[in-house]
Amino acid sequence: MKLRVILFGQLCEIIGSSSLSLQGITDIKGLREALQKQYPSLATMKYIIAVDKKIVEGNMPLDEKNTVALLPPFSGG
Amino acid sequence: MQNEYSYERYQRQTILKNFGDAGQLKLTQAKVLVVGAGGLGCPALLYLAAAGVGIIGVVDDDVVELDNLHRQPVYITQDIGKSKATTAAAYLKLLNPDISIIPYIIRLMSANSPEIVREYDIIIDATDNFSSRYMINDLCVLLDKPLVFGAVSQYEGQLAVFNVRQNEEEKTVHYRDLFPEPPNAGEVLSCAEAGVLGVVPGIIGTMQAAEAIKLITGIGQPLVNKLYTFNVLNNQSYELELQKKEGSDALVPPTLETFRQTDYDWLCEKTNNPFEISIDQFVTMLDYDNIEIIDVREPDEMPDVFDFGYKKIPLSKLKENINRYEKEIVVFFCQSGQRSTKAAQWLQERSGNYKSIYSLQGGILNYLKQRQEQKL
Repeated sequence: MKLRVILFGQLCEIIGSSSLSLQGITDIKGLREALQKQYPSLATMKYIIAVDKKIVEGNMPLDEKNTVALLPPFSGG
Repeated sequence: MQNEYSYERYQRQTILKNFGDAGQLKLTQAKVLVVGAGGLGCPALLYLAAAGVGIIGVVDDDVVELDNLHRQPVYITQDIGKSKATTAAAYLKLLNPDISIIPYIIRLMSANSPEIVREYDIIIDATDNFSSRYMINDLCVLLDKPLVFGAVSQYEGQLAVFNVRQNEEEKTVHYRDLFPEPPNAGEVLSCAEAGVLGVVPGIIGTMQAAEAIKLITGIGQPLVNKLYTFNVLNNQSYELELQKKEGSDALVPPTLETFRQTDYDWLCEKTNNPFEISIDQFVTMLDYDNIEIIDVREPDEMPDVFDFGYKKIPLSKLKENINRYEKEIVVFFCQSGQRSTKAAQWLQERSGNYKSIYSLQGGILNYLKQRQEQKL
């Protein structure tokens, strides 16, 4: 199963792409762990996680029908 | 309150179905405050003034600088050094002499903002820092004012409408329902650090004007309870649905009195940055022999500085160079002080209390600015 993750702002720079396709992720907790392992500098970034355009807090199950988005705040103007 | 306007000036929009003379009359009677006359503020101001918003307030304490002009086309090269608020107001008055433009040459703070914000129907957040954004958000919650939020970074922008009720019982959603607390120092880079393509605030600022016009005239569906994001590189947009977050209202000061006493600069920056040293402190330290100065910007980043000796170790390469921080005092600097704070945090975690570790406040841009002003 492949999970689609879309990225915004400086997260794209850290990850090197504006989207990711991740294998074997079944919940938000697993997603956080997988991202943390692969991209350690994410730990210093602030962002929210949204599943199918709704903000998610805590854990929830994920499957390939879901689209996950990681959104950081922007301050510039 | 104005009730008359030039039919001819607005003819192309008054012939629109759903807009009409009724829409124009509402614009003529509306009062909109634009906080920040920079990248977002310039396009927002242009279109609000052109559309005939009756009273427009422009808040900015800054002056026009050369590196503003690529994204702030209200100003011309000869305006460098002039007040943004008065220069923008003068231009908008020429664009549309029928409306009133009120410039405020101040930095909007918790102490001075309630009296100004209270006078307006809609507030446009066109600022460039988290301290102002959280302050404006909290005040708009307290005064129950619709807030049109816009923010940009590099090639992307965010847009939202806060504090607008769609029905009587609904609790209004605001910025703290999205990001409850300001980020720590270094977690998010500013435009001075990360850069921004000029058209991005042009697009988002214009959309902020569009949202204000929709709110005033009642046409269409404003972005209430949604965060819209746009990426100019791939033309992708994304709309996040916002909901009331538990506890978000408790983060807003409970009364205007407590709001006035809240120091948002301190909340947003200073509490999290024990490493920062001022330019003056830094200049004094330059005479020490046990000091190591490190530029953590990427190799090709400008401007260069020749006033003191330093090593260049980009933030991404800090780890590989762990043995190069030899002296007892280490001062990191970067463009505006965010990456250097990260570097200081990183080194502190590894070296404990054996070293004195600092980050230059406001970065090399702040240093050069102060030098230019001959404070050094």
